[in-house]
Amino acid sequence: MMASHRPRWFFPALITAGGVLVFALDRTMNDYILSIVCFIGINIILAVSLNLTNGFTGLFSLGHPGFMAVGGYVAAILTFPPARKAMLLPALPSWLAIQEWSLIPAMVTGGICATLMAFLIGIPVLRLKGHYLAVATLGFLIIVQVLITNLESLTRGPLGLNGLPMLTDLWGVYLWVVITLYVCWKIKHSSLGRTFFAIRENEMAAECLGVPLARTRIMAFALGAFFAGIAGGLWGHIITAITPTSFSVIMAFNLVVMVVVGGSGSITGATLAAAMITLGVEILRPLEESLEAYGINEIIMAIGLLLILIYHPQGLFGSREPAFLMGKR
Amino acid sequence: MGSYIVEQLVNGLILGSMYALVAIGFSMIYGIIRLINFAHGDIVMVGAFVTLGLVQSGQIPFPLIVVLVFLAGTFMGILIERVAFRPLRGAPQVTGFITSLTISILLQNLGILLLTGQPRNFIFPEYFQKILRLGPVSFRMIELTIIVVSVVLMILLVLLVRTTRLGMAMRATAENLNVARLMGINIHRIIMLAFVIGSGLAGIAGMMWGGKFGQIDPLLGFVPGLKAFVAAVIGGVGSITGAMLGGYLLGCAEVLFIGLLPPIYSAYRDAFVFATLILILLVMPAGLLGRKTEERA
Repeated sequence: MMASHRPRWFFPALITAGGVLVFALDRTMNDYILSIVCFIGINIILAVSLNLTNGFTGLFSLGHPGFMAVGGYVAAILTFPPARKAMLLPALPSWLAIQEWSLIPAMVTGGICATLMAFLIGIPVLRLKGHYLAVATLGFLIIVQVLITNLESLTRGPLGLNGLPMLTDLWGVYLWVVITLYVCWKIKHSSLGRTFFAIRENEMAAECLGVPLARTRIMAFALGAFFAGIAGGLWGHIITAITPTSFSVIMAFNLVVMVVVGGSGSITGATLAAAMITLGVEILRPLEESLEAYGINEIIMAIGLLLILIYHPQGLFGSREPAFLMGKR
Repeated sequence: MGSYIVEQLVNGLILGSMYALVAIGFSMIYGIIRLINFAHGDIVMVGAFVTLGLVQSGQIPFPLIVVLVFLAGTFMGILIERVAFRPLRGAPQVTGFITSLTISILLQNLGILLLTGQPRNFIFPEYFQKILRLGPVSFRMIELTIIVVSVVLMILLVLLVRTTRLGMAMRATAENLNVARLMGINIHRIIMLAFVIGSGLAGIAGMMWGGKFGQIDPLLGFVPGLKAFVAAVIGGVGSITGAMLGGYLLGCAEVLFIGLLPPIYSAYRDAFVFATLILILLVMPAGLLGRKTEERA
């Protein structure tokens, strides 16, 4: 590994610069634009964490929105004021009905529940490969959707939970974006990260070098799921509502697009792609509504992805990070 | 009670026929190019809408409609293979998979854009609504037609694959693409043929879906398509007879799941199907009639 020439102050300075940007946006922009910036942040968390599984380790998962849903619902039920719970969820067990947590512990609990779910699902499913893994995780996503829609005493079924307390803002999202990026960056440049990449490149060679395959795969899957759960909690408390239909196959597809466009394995790539695509979708949305051309957004995304897959399959960055972040000269 | 179970089994056979027709396409395409074609379910949707358009246009005799719908599905299959999969031949598996998902999303949203997301009533000629009685069970003409047409198509397909030179070439290509190419088989043509037959059958399945359930919308194909894939896995992906068997088994299992359990469980039918998928992949990855050598897990 080449010695890094990156000065020690570089990342703190980058984080501060981001903070200044957030401060400036927070002061000058209206609520509509701020909510778009929040979605960009949440999608960055989702795309970068999906990259842990799909990009680094090469485990093609479509179940990310499922974990997001788990985290989102757990956090929502924990922060919901008991008075509203009595109204919307009368059948909730009494020990849950009296809880009113603050956001951070609720989100972390949501993240942990998503992680546990990932273990539960991952232990059997991660024995599969390629197409079969993708279909099994897609099956998991559909199972989660069906359960959320039907366990009405916990989730209020297809109506979803609305009127959640708005407990977070751009700063909360920024905090978690920084945490996600930092953790994923550290993982990528650690021995754990290299075992992830080794599994992606050649499973048998990795095993011969002593990489415990099953454990490492689960690790990548569960880490990704944790951040997806966190993102679910943030999401619910930004738009103050959560419904089962939000966590759809389309969302799984959009996240995969972000990872592929950015380059499977590149944190910078996933971040930039998430920001660009979210922005693009939000810019096109008014167009879609004014022309009443519903679906045009997805069509443009799909055609763009097809062109990238055919002509530039490594995406923006491949598996690399830009040199100035790596401290190379 | 006895006639109730028989009636449920008939329902299972109807659903199973449709699953089987779609599953055959999954299996054939996977068998030859190792690709799970997610857009396959959306060809079902195209088939349903083409049928609706043809029926509404008036005077076209029904057998001609069947042929035209088959051709429409075929056309979609050829288009998808040409535009999306041929440029990617030789690319990693995952790329093919993402591509097929992309095409699926593309077709669904083109459907929403051009036809709106509103469900439409699917009108079939009066003749098909006639109720027939056979001993203890009664069913509509359309349901009998679904079963008979599917079985005829499947028999024709099995004859094609087992007895003709073309079928022999298909089996050889599925066995080993590169060796088949060395033997002078035009594999591009064989791949195209798999898409042609599979997609045509999916189109017919769409026509049946509309006739049976009476309402269609641009998203109707995705989940049934996935379930047909589950059927293909149950039978053993790559095996055509396995896909048929898997389709009927899954159709009957799903109907019995709804019919025999208390009604509150019927909302969980999709969860049941996909839990079955995960279970089968783990316990019996080669399915009932699949090859054991294939690497899946």
